[in-house]
Amino acid sequence: MPKDGSVVRLDGQGKPLWLVLELTYRCPLKCPWCSNPVDYTRDAEAELSTAEWKRVLREGRELGALQLGFTGGEPLLRDDLEELVAEASALGYYTNLITSAVGLSEERLLALKAAGLKQIQLSLQSSERALTDALVGARAHELKLKVAHMIKALGFPMVLNVPVFRHNIGQVEEILALAEDIGVDYLEFANIQYYNWAMVNRDELLPSLEQLQTAERAVQAARERLGQRMTIYFVIPDYYEGRPKACMNGWGAIHLTIAPDGVAMPCQEARIIEGLDFPSIRDQSLAWLWNESPTFRKFRGDEWMSPTCRSCDEKEKDFGGCRCQAFLLTGDAANTDPACSRSPHHHLITAAIACAHAPGRRVQPLVLRNERNARLLAAAGGCGAAAAADVALAGVEVAHV
Amino acid sequence: MNDTALSPPAAGERYALNPMYLFRWEPTQDSHVLLYPEGIVKLNQTAGDILERCDGQRTVAELVAELQQRYPGDDARVAEGVYKFLEVFRAKGWIRRQA
Ligand SMILES: C[S@@+](CC[C@H](N)C(=O)[O-])C[C@H]1O[C@@H](n2cnc3c(N)ncnc32)[C@H](O)[C@@H]1O
Ligand code: SF4
Ligand code: SF4
Repeated sequence: MPKDGSVVRLDGQGKPLWLVLELTYRCPLKCPWCSNPVDYTRDAEAELSTAEWKRVLREGRELGALQLGFTGGEPLLRDDLEELVAEASALGYYTNLITSAVGLSEERLLALKAAGLKQIQLSLQSSERALTDALVGARAHELKLKVAHMIKALGFPMVLNVPVFRHNIGQVEEILALAEDIGVDYLEFANIQYYNWAMVNRDELLPSLEQLQTAERAVQAARERLGQRMTIYFVIPDYYEGRPKACMNGWGAIHLTIAPDGVAMPCQEARIIEGLDFPSIRDQSLAWLWNESPTFRKFRGDEWMSPTCRSCDEKEKDFGGCRCQAFLLTGDAANTDPACSRSPHHHLITAAIACAHAPGRRVQPLVLRNERNARLLAAAGGCGAAAAADVALAGVEVAHV
Repeated sequence: MNDTALSPPAAGERYALNPMYLFRWEPTQDSHVLLYPEGIVKLNQTAGDILERCDGQRTVAELVAELQQRYPGDDARVAEGVYKFLEVFRAKGWIRRQA
């Protein structure tokens, strides 16, 4: 009989417990930190059909997936969203919608509720209308607040996701007040991760250590004040931690992401790693992609690790960090994540911080995520900050904040 | 809503699952699971037995009696176990005391 508190947390046992569907890369907003690929327009016509997504849903459940995220881009741009949610609910998933709120009317919310949608994660970028609108490149702030209240009125559990960077990190108190007013259940301050568009704009977005510490203190105080009424997550910024994040709980351990064109990835960013093959569910079964594909097998376990990580007593804790960040910063995905102070490349992180906060630094406008900038960045050869600076100077559409 | 500061579960109280959570049997895990925004918990058999009965109808005393029937032998230990579990569940926010 009962042993006190012996509630078993779930380990993956080799199953893709979390399935994330990026239904489309299309999006009405233009966030300059967007984690979507910089060349997101490349295969725009290749989006999976309704029937193909349903196949992914079925095969995912057969593999043991339990949590399901519908994301993008903006998933509401797919008019088969309700149909896919209904299918997923019938299959027994816990269905999550991850949205910017644009396109979410009361009618659609009711339809999603009827289809069995379990929870909604809505992103909010600041507590000030003018700042939110400038950052996302559209008049979205008022709409987001309106939709947030609608979501709660319909009784959905709700996560408010706030991507955190230099421009909004000083607004923790104000955002907390907004979240309380809405009645959100989970508030997630997610320090952004520097890939793709965020990497393009890194010098402008990276907050300072002082800013971070102030924000963390505000979060701590709010936790004490609010108790269980609202759960507040503060996703740490790995640039300042000295240790990497336990990225995705390990490569190919419990996370499986399907891109709009059906490509299977261990995480949403993985396609930036050059030299890996990324087959699509159009070519293979989901079971093959998860169990057999060389890409998923590549960084499982610890044999691939650099000596720094393989001999380290913390490798069970963080699995050597993020493969994408290792590739992006050092050119080799098998290296120790440079966010780790034990990495021989850690100086790249300290240099990036120094560069973003150099005295007398010339402030650049943020490069918005849009098709034109995507083309210009591709032409400039990559998504590095240097390429971005050239592009920005060449007069692309920019956000003035 | 925030009932962390309350007294421990008592015999006459009724508990119900927090509506934010989805509790069900999962064949691929051969166990009960609890699904919620950002989380999955696999429950061992006893935890599943107890949560299944947190339906807002049964009193804690009735719940204890059912579990004592299900696990005959040491009634005192079963009762103690149920109370401990309920306290843990409530602290985690999985169940709420009914008014
Ligand atoms: C890529 S968006 C897609 C869904 C929807 N368009 C939205 O913005 O909510 C998914 C989530 O990632 C967050 N996000 C975007 N870029 C990010 C970054 N560089 N680091 C961390 N989170 C990011 C967004 O705030 C959002 O909650
Ligand atoms: S982060 Fe912004 S730009 Fe990217 S998909 Fe979401 S709303 Fe669109
Ligand atoms: S050396 Fe590798 S395993 Fe050790 S803490 Fe750093 S990243 Fe993690």
